[in-house]
Amino acid sequence: MAAPFDLNDDNVVVIIGTGAGGGVLANELAQKGVSVVALEAGGRYLPEDYVNDEWESFGQLAWTDPRTTSGDWRVAKDFSGLPAWIVKAVGGTTTHWAGASLRFQEHEWKAATTYGPVTGANLLDWPIDAAEMAPWYEKAEDKLGVTRTGNRPGLPGSNNYKVFEKGALALGYKEVHTGRMAIQTRDDGERIPCQQTGFCFQGCKWGAKWSSAYTDIPEGEATGNLEVRERAHVARILHNEAGKVTGVEYFDRDGNLQMQRARIVCVAGNSFESPRLLLNSASSMFPDGLANSSGQVGRNYMRHMTGSVYAVFDKPVRMWRGTTMAGIIQDEAKHDPSRGFVGGYELETLSLGIPFMAAFLDPGAWGREFTSALDAYENMAGMWIVGEDMPQETNRVTLNHDVKDQHGLPVANVHFSDHANDIAMRNHAYKQGMAVYEAVGATRVFPTPPYPSTHNLGTNRMSENARDGVVNRWGQTHDIANLFVSDGSQFTTGAAENPTLTIVALAIRQADHIAREMSAGNI
Amino acid sequence: MTTIKSPKGLTRRALLARASAAGATIVAGAGFIAAPNAAWAYETAHLDARVFATLVQMARDIYPHDRIPDENYVVAAKGYDNADAAAGITAGIAALDAAAQGKGFGSYLDTGWERDRVDILRGMEDSAFFQQIRGGLVTGLYNQKAVWPIFGYEGESFSQGGYIDRGFDDINWL
Repeated sequence: MAAPFDLNDDNVVVIIGTGAGGGVLANELAQKGVSVVALEAGGRYLPEDYVNDEWESFGQLAWTDPRTTSGDWRVAKDFSGLPAWIVKAVGGTTTHWAGASLRFQEHEWKAATTYGPVTGANLLDWPIDAAEMAPWYEKAEDKLGVTRTGNRPGLPGSNNYKVFEKGALALGYKEVHTGRMAIQTRDDGERIPCQQTGFCFQGCKWGAKWSSAYTDIPEGEATGNLEVRERAHVARILHNEAGKVTGVEYFDRDGNLQMQRARIVCVAGNSFESPRLLLNSASSMFPDGLANSSGQVGRNYMRHMTGSVYAVFDKPVRMWRGTTMAGIIQDEAKHDPSRGFVGGYELETLSLGIPFMAAFLDPGAWGREFTSALDAYENMAGMWIVGEDMPQETNRVTLNHDVKDQHGLPVANVHFSDHANDIAMRNHAYKQGMAVYEAVGATRVFPTPPYPSTHNLGTNRMSENARDGVVNRWGQTHDIANLFVSDGSQFTTGAAENPTLTIVALAIRQADHIAREMSAGNI
Repeated sequence: MTTIKSPKGLTRRALLARASAAGATIVAGAGFIAAPNAAWAYETAHLDARVFATLVQMARDIYPHDRIPDENYVVAAKGYDNADAAAGITAGIAALDAAAQGKGFGSYLDTGWERDRVDILRGMEDSAFFQQIRGGLVTGLYNQKAVWPIFGYEGESFSQGGYIDRGFDDINWL
């Protein structure tokens, strides 16, 4: 049967979310002849719809449904209703991501073994490793068109990169380049090459940056095996007396409750919505929520150790011109406990426009100390810090029954407090980042606090044993054979690298597994 | 002589011709305030003109940019000149004036040095009123396209083909 599919068609795979995990999984399954209904809470926006305007774009794309926060992270104070800067649209946060596409380092698959016991951290080794993932990473890099992989050249360096590179080399850093980016650089691909427009975070108007919104989703739809239902907000996953999932209830674009039957359900709503949905699907058989026999659903929330460093120089930089994140220093990504912490971090170029710089440089600050920094905006350079943070059981997504969304469903509360290792790593990264710019003659530097999270990980983590986590090595829940998790919430640990490439690689691999198991009649 | 193009301009100029006080803003009559140099004028709808003028000064003191003219702070403050916000703003400005009087000034506007006004604001920066005004300015001031060129920020670039041929890598001082 070809798309569109009937609500009563119980042979379809239902995928919830269409971003890096769900969007890729949907296309990969459709290419294999599997019938897929993808339910996307947001609307469909394509390059012609994106806007080169930070707040207007935020209004168009960002997930702004109510959420609440707690814990000692500064986001809970400065942006209490906005724990994450992620997207509600077809393509999910692949519309917003910068394109940085890095493989995990080998040791990062085995954090518990490599780092040893860390007080207060709920570290666990992934049940998979670098060798197993290598062929899937290669497929992911080809799909995304990642620069500096295959035969693809790197991006040219922007003004912001040139400042960053000069400082990095002056400090003796060796692994410094314009990044491995899912951005087209040549005229020989299916996507237009990068025009150095800036506004990578606002959706690439050239389509030069990979996003599932205008690659995998339409490719999947073209097979006739994929139906994407936009503005369909899933409320609950249903199951039968045998404990197998049977379908989902969702609110359609008009707010009417619908029920789609399913052979398999795959959850890919990012690390807040995915556990929220499993918890909101609690039943008499599963009173603590679906797939939660371990009690780990919603726990071990990771957001990467992040922060930014901006610096002002005596001459113009104009950092906003060009690709936002095409610049990286990888020397600090190694595991070297002599620095006073386990794990490592990457330094990556970053710029914000004046509207977002005003909001994020030092939230809540005012007066001339703050405004004199903005007055020097044209002479400013910037970088982002992204490093491995420690999974902690107490950092978690729970249901807040006191606050309901537009559909009357309890919202996610996001509780986060830094681990001492996170703080030690951030302080080290601030010091190194500031030294990079001071080596080029910075007259003033700004160790800027973390923004609302874009890397949300770990709330349905992968584990060898059912008691330690929510899903197995395939992203299949330990408890329910035909229920899968397909997004970054399945991360066992976060590693130092931007997560999208790994989410995509896991999704391609998961599609292969699901199709094989369906053929074998196992699910 | 300058050609007067609109009745409002005439009113404004006529008004300013009578104004003698030198200051950040001129409050003249019920609900009408204007800049001494006639760069802008605004007739309030719900707020008392002096309350509005104080609000504009407060906005500048929170986010002082000497190269941004008052009219952009006025644009940001206009968002509070409505029936829903007026009572709260009026009460907040009254508290601000009371704090100024507690430090020996006649009112917030009757100060002179920015440092005195900042001192008054520091004493109330945890108040809901201060945070309302400060938080609102983050978008109310900095999201005005008119102020972006003052910071050198170029805004939208897609329609001009990005920066690939317009200086994305033109830094020349490294």
